Parts: sequence; structure tokens; C-alpha cells
Amino acid sequence: MTLPRLCPMTLPLLSVNDLSVQVATPTGPKVVVERLSFDLLPGKTLCLAGESGSGKSMTALSLMQLLPKPTARIADGSAILDGDDILALPEARMRQVRGRKIGMIFQEPMTSLNPVMTVGAQLVGAITAHGSRGRRASHARAVELLDQVQIPEPERRLGQYPHELSGGLRQRIVIAMALAQNPRILIADEPTTALDVTVQAQILALIRKLQADHGISVIMITHDMGVVAEMADEVLVMKHGRTVEHATTKDLFARPEDAYTKELLSAVPRLGEMAGSEIPKRAAGRAVAGSSSDAEQPMLEVKNLTVRFDIKGGILQRPVKRLHAVEGISFDVLKGETLSLVGESGCGKSTTGKALLNLLPWAGEIRVNGRSTRGLRGSTMRPILRDVQMIFQDPYASLDPRMRVGDLVAEPLAIHGLATGSALRDRVEYLLKRVGLSPEQMKRYPHEFSGGQRQRICIARALSLSPKLIVADESVAALDVSIQAQVLDLLQDIQDETGISYLFISHDMAVVEQISHRVAVMYMGRFVEMGTRRQIFENPQHPYTKKLMAAVPVADPTRPRRDFVPKAEDLPSPVRPLDYTPSFPPASDLGGGHLVWNV
Amino acid sequence: MLARLLRRPLAIIGFAIIVVVVSAAALAPWIVPYDPHEQFFEGLTIEGAPLPPNSQFWLGTDLVGRDLLSRLIYGARTSLIIGVVANGIAVLIGSLVGIAAGYFRGWVDTVLMRFTDLMMAFPALLLAIVLAAIFTPSLWIVAMVIAMVNWVQIARVVYTETRSIAERDFVTAERALGAGAGRILFRHILPHLLSTIIVWATLGIATTVLLEATLSFLGIGVQPPIPSWGNIIFENQTYFTSAPWLVFIPGAAILALALAFNLVGDALRDVLDPTQQGRH
Repeated sequence: MTLPRLCPMTLPLLSVNDLSVQVATPTGPKVVVERLSFDLLPGKTLCLAGESGSGKSMTALSLMQLLPKPTARIADGSAILDGDDILALPEARMRQVRGRKIGMIFQEPMTSLNPVMTVGAQLVGAITAHGSRGRRASHARAVELLDQVQIPEPERRLGQYPHELSGGLRQRIVIAMALAQNPRILIADEPTTALDVTVQAQILALIRKLQADHGISVIMITHDMGVVAEMADEVLVMKHGRTVEHATTKDLFARPEDAYTKELLSAVPRLGEMAGSEIPKRAAGRAVAGSSSDAEQPMLEVKNLTVRFDIKGGILQRPVKRLHAVEGISFDVLKGETLSLVGESGCGKSTTGKALLNLLPWAGEIRVNGRSTRGLRGSTMRPILRDVQMIFQDPYASLDPRMRVGDLVAEPLAIHGLATGSALRDRVEYLLKRVGLSPEQMKRYPHEFSGGQRQRICIARALSLSPKLIVADESVAALDVSIQAQVLDLLQDIQDETGISYLFISHDMAVVEQISHRVAVMYMGRFVEMGTRRQIFENPQHPYTKKLMAAVPVADPTRPRRDFVPKAEDLPSPVRPLDYTPSFPPASDLGGGHLVWNV
Repeated sequence: MLARLLRRPLAIIGFAIIVVVVSAAALAPWIVPYDPHEQFFEGLTIEGAPLPPNSQFWLGTDLVGRDLLSRLIYGARTSLIIGVVANGIAVLIGSLVGIAAGYFRGWVDTVLMRFTDLMMAFPALLLAIVLAAIFTPSLWIVAMVIAMVNWVQIARVVYTETRSIAERDFVTAERALGAGAGRILFRHILPHLLSTIIVWATLGIATTVLLEATLSFLGIGVQPPIPSWGNIIFENQTYFTSAPWLVFIPGAAILALALAFNLVGDALRDVLDPTQQGRH
């Protein structure tokens, strides 16, 4: 393969040659990165793109010599930075490289900050890591750094602890710490994966601005082709530790050569690709109960659903504040229909889903198939649960790791006493086959399956009771794009076959566009806009809906990159004082069931 | 499962020690070289000091001239009963209280855990003395007294662990399926608590044996002349400098038994966890 040179005259800042990384497994050493080579040019961004297990994070860790020892080791290769091979430097000299020459940002901003130290103390620690400065000088530098990463009120933030800050602010602080020593290379390992789309857009713009201001080179690791298009000058696509394609961003998106790259690009749902169509992507031409439907009874009716949590504090553990998670929302889900709740973290969408299954206390009115669920618990709730089931976000966390898959799928049937003996066994086999798994896998444990297979197991469990409504809470968010597409297809096929209804909860506008009949946009526990898929995506009215759509990274490098917004604020907090009474502005009806609330 | 357990060399050592101790206790009347209560004239030196290990008394004699090996073998009976029964009851009560308080929360949590706190704040030894004073000391009463004192720590640990497991997604998923409390507690939460419970149960064996020794020393434990490993140490500890074997040998026996249960417990924990298979 010939590696394209962007500009043959520029000397590379970092030159990686034939990097191989091995990991020890019970069955012997396994190569996770194989003969990886690339050059990083000054001031440019290189994206390492690939799905989970492609070896992209291992590459980043080996450049910092931070591989988890002794399980993983660098087997071969060199990485030349300023004439030194940083893969072979002894630990003492490597410490001079970390932070000073190469800064690193990790995926999860909460776990990469120390929860018991103030932001200021951690930042000063990063500033003085290589030789002390005066107290006042390091404090001034800390304020300067926070200002650079566009944190409002930097002086006040220095005294705060990480848990007091929003996810976006935390990630900005992590970036400030990485920049503390003025490194020339910044390695960003999935820096925005844990963040909301609007915050992601801000952070990406911030990284681009810092790069332009300080002339830093960036190695960006991501699974998201939208982020790649947004950030990269050059892209290196990885699969199972091997480079499958290395090209400039423009070339890669315009003329992908490798089959895997093509597959990856086509699996990315693109916002707006469904324009003009009334029904979801794979829905059969069957007449669907839309908003204009007749007097047919809805599968689910929700009126004025309100969920509030008291936040207790003080010595007496009295309520001191109140979290208004969901505030008076009303909606129906019809038979065979998919209603999507879309919004960012903390908007109340998952809380709504849990309230439908009585997993938390709520107020208002919920009717499933005509039956009110208010006050039902335990055995009285059980008949309702036969009609409404749930699929959770993280398929591994929602399966008991100590049970065999066959028992896990059989369990709902056993709980409800629906089948025993060979009938139970046949039903489990049928369900596993239905979701695309083989019945021979019944004896295995969840950890022996891949992420996508585990989500199929969760779907089989939810389907086992033949429910009429499934609440899918971020059910594809934790999956790789190609797997995500398969699981979405499976959900839609089941809908076509059985006429099941979905309440699809997601933060991902592109996924929502593919699967929904109708969409409700949530913000701070309220609906701000609700309508058919077409109404929302082709004619968004509320400013928040527009902002949400504009923030989605688009896998198209020719699209102009988003502007940098100085001192952009994150989402406001839904925590209010105890005496707060919400007001309910009426919805304006734009016709055809398209409602907009002026919240 | 037993086959997998026996593939671990450390587990086999632990298992072997337990088998030796249990069979010694069971067969005590037939294998002891002497009557454990008999005070031998030739078991003391002219000055009246105990004898170190020799060809006649393999492990030496104690300060009144009784054969230490015979007392140790009979003592294994007492100590095993105390260690297994008292500790077993303590683990059972502690686990049930902890798991119920941790899962149900609300008033169940408040009542059970405040009672646990109360028990914790009360000096364990004092409580044991009061209980032992009310009931006439016998082996089984002593076992009950020890269980009443020892369940508290286990309850506390299991409670904390249950609370964190109950927050996990798969428990919410079970509730979403309509699973009742019994199913969630015993089929989904308890298996995850096993490693903690096993560690505490094996550690508890050593502490229980020693607590029994303390009670014996205070005269409210197993009544002399019945030997237990703990009271052999306490009877003889004043002669520690001149006759160290009288403390070291029963001490080593307690240590070996605790270690053996620990090794088996560790192996059991790994074998019971399907995510750990193939690793050691």
C-alpha cells in the first residue's frame, strides 16, 4: 500500500514504523496491533478510526508507554520523535515526554479526574509536574489554561470538585491538563464519546481552535466517522490491529478503496437520508397507524407524567433541593408504531421509560393497553409487564453474568409461569433463532458473546413474553456502527412481523430518523416538540430541535466545519429549589399532529 | 465442579488439611496415644516443668503432665464444632440481615441496620460474658454465644455489597421482567455475594476459635478439663518462655485450619464464578 504524503516538503513530527503490540491471553500471545506505520505532520490531525477491538486505543497507549503491564507489550517497531525512539526510552526519560511533548485526553472525563481533589489542585499538579513554579505563577497559569479551554468563570472553577461540574466542563478541564506543559502532540482517545452531541460539537470545535492557536498535532482516536470527517486531515482505518486504509480525509470519504472502509461508511446512518419518506427505513408497505389515525385505542397513553426526586442533604437528611426529571409530559403510542424520545443526557428520557414499567415512583397517569398502572407493585404489576417490556442500554450490564444464556432467556417465561419443561426449551430455542443466535449457544455465559450478540440476547428476553410494547432505552448506543445497523434492522423486522410498538429512547438523531414513525424532542424534563418523523426532521420549529440537529457530526468532510463558540454553556441543571413551581406553556399546533411548546 | 476444584493444587492442600483434622476429630478415641485427661507422673521433670517433644510424648506434655498430642486431637473436636457451627450460624444470620436490609431499604433497612450498629457498638466480649452468664456454659451454648456476637461484621459487609449490586442494571432488568424479591435476592444477588461471604466465613473460623479460647480463659467457655485448641494456649501461655511448644503447636494447628478453609474458600469462589473460568 502506498502511503499518501500530504506535503512532501514538511518533515514529520512523529514517525511510527512497524509498531506491533502483543497481549498475553490464556491461549498464548495475541497480536492486537500489527505493523502499524504512519507519519504525523506538524499542525495536522490524524484520525485512527475503527470499531471496538481494532487496536486503536492500544496504539495510543503504546506511544505513551502506558500499556497495561505485564499483559500487553510492544513487540516491535519504533516511533521517532525529535530523534528519539519513544517506544524504547527508559521510564525516567519517558516521563519527560509525557505531558511535555505528548499530552493525552481519555474517553471518560469523570474517571480521568481525581474525585477528591479540586480542579485547581489537579491543574496546578499538571503545571508543576516537571519542576515547580511559584504559587502565584502556577495559579495564574491555571486560570489562563481554563480560559483557553473556554471555561466560564475560571477563578471560581479552580475551587470546585469534578462532581460539581458537567461532563462538558470536565472534559475541558482534562484538555487543559493535557495542554498544561505546552505539548506538541495531543493524543485524544475518543474524547467526545461520553458527551452529548451539542457538547461534542463544542469540544471538537475547541480542539480545532487550540490546534490552530498553538500549532499542535493531534492524533484522534474515534469510532465515529462523523467525528473523523469533522476533524481529520488524514485517516487511518484499522480493523483487528491492521491498517486497512490510509488516505487523506477527502479521498477516503470520496473514494474509499477497501471493502471494510466502504462497509463502515455505509453503515453510518446519515442525518437527512430519509427525507421525503413517511415510514421508517425497513418498514413494510403496511398501513401504519400514524398521527392521523382513527379512534383506535392507543397501546400506551401517558398523561401529565411527572417524576421528581428529592435531593437530601444536611445532618438530618432532609430534602434540600428537588430534581425535576420529568415535568408533566403527555403522549400516546399507537399499535405498530415507533415513537422516539430524543434528547441529551439528563433530559428525562430514560426516567420516562423506567416510569412506564413502574421501576420508579411517578405522578400522573399511565395506561398500558387501556389498563392504568398507577400504584401497581409486584404481582399486581406482573400482568402489565407481559404487555410492556424493556431493553436497556448496556447489554452486558443488564444480563446477570452468572447465568447461562438459555436460563436468562427462559427466566421471563418462568417468572410469569408461561411455559415449563420441553415447551420452555422449545420457546427459548425459537427466541434465540429469531434474534439470530444459534440454540447451541444456550449453555454459554454472557461474557462469551460480543456486544451485538448480547444485545440480541436482551431482545430475546424482552420478546419472550410477546409484549405489545417495548421500551428500548438507548439500546444501540453502546454498539459499533455496523452492529448497530443490524440490531436496528432486527427491531424493525420484528415490528413488521408482529405489529409491536416501540418507545425508542435515544440521543442519536440519525438513528432516530431511521426507526421512527413519530418523534418527541425532550429538553429539561419537558417535550419541546413532537410530530411525525418528517415534520421534525424536515421542518424543525423549536430552537432546541434545530440546535440538536446542527450538532450531529456528519460523515461528509466537504461540509463546512462548525464555528467555534466562545464560552459556550452546557445544558442547564434540572435541580431546583424546593419551592419551585413549574409553569406549563400551552403547545402550539402546527397541524397534522406537529406540536411545539415554548419552553 | 468438584473436578474443577481439585485441579487447583492449593485447593488440594487445603482440602487435605481439612480432611486430616476432621478425621482426627472423628476418630479421636481410637487414635489418641493416651487419655487426654490423665496427668502422667513421668510427664513432668523433677522440678515439675513440662516435657518438650520426645519419643514417649510426641508433642511434649503440658504443665500438669498431660499428653499434648492427645489433648490436641480431642481439642480438634471442640474447635471444629465451634469453628464450623458457631461461624456457620454467624454467617447465615449476618448474610440474611445484610441482604434484606440492603435490598429492601426503607424501614427494613433502618430497623435492621440500626440494630446491627447497636450490636457493633456494644463490646463483643462483654456481650458474650452476659450471654454466657445467663446460660450455663456448654459446648453448644458457647457456639450460640459466639454466633450471636460474630454475625455483626458480616451483616455490615453484605449490606454494603448488596446495596451496590442492587443498583446494577441487571437487577433493574429483572424487576422490569416482573421478577419477585425472592428470585432477585436468591438467584441474582446472592451468587454475586458468594465471594465476599466465603472470604468472611473462612476468616471467621480463625477468629471464632480464638474467641472460644478467650471465653474459656475467662471461665465461661468450654469447661475444663475438656480441651479445645484455644484453651490449651490459654492454660499454658504463662510458661511461654520456658515451654514455647505448648503455645506454638496448638497455635500452628489453628493457623493451619484457618489457612486450609481459606484456600478451599478461594478456590470455591473462583470455580463458582463463570466469568473467571480458564484463568487462575
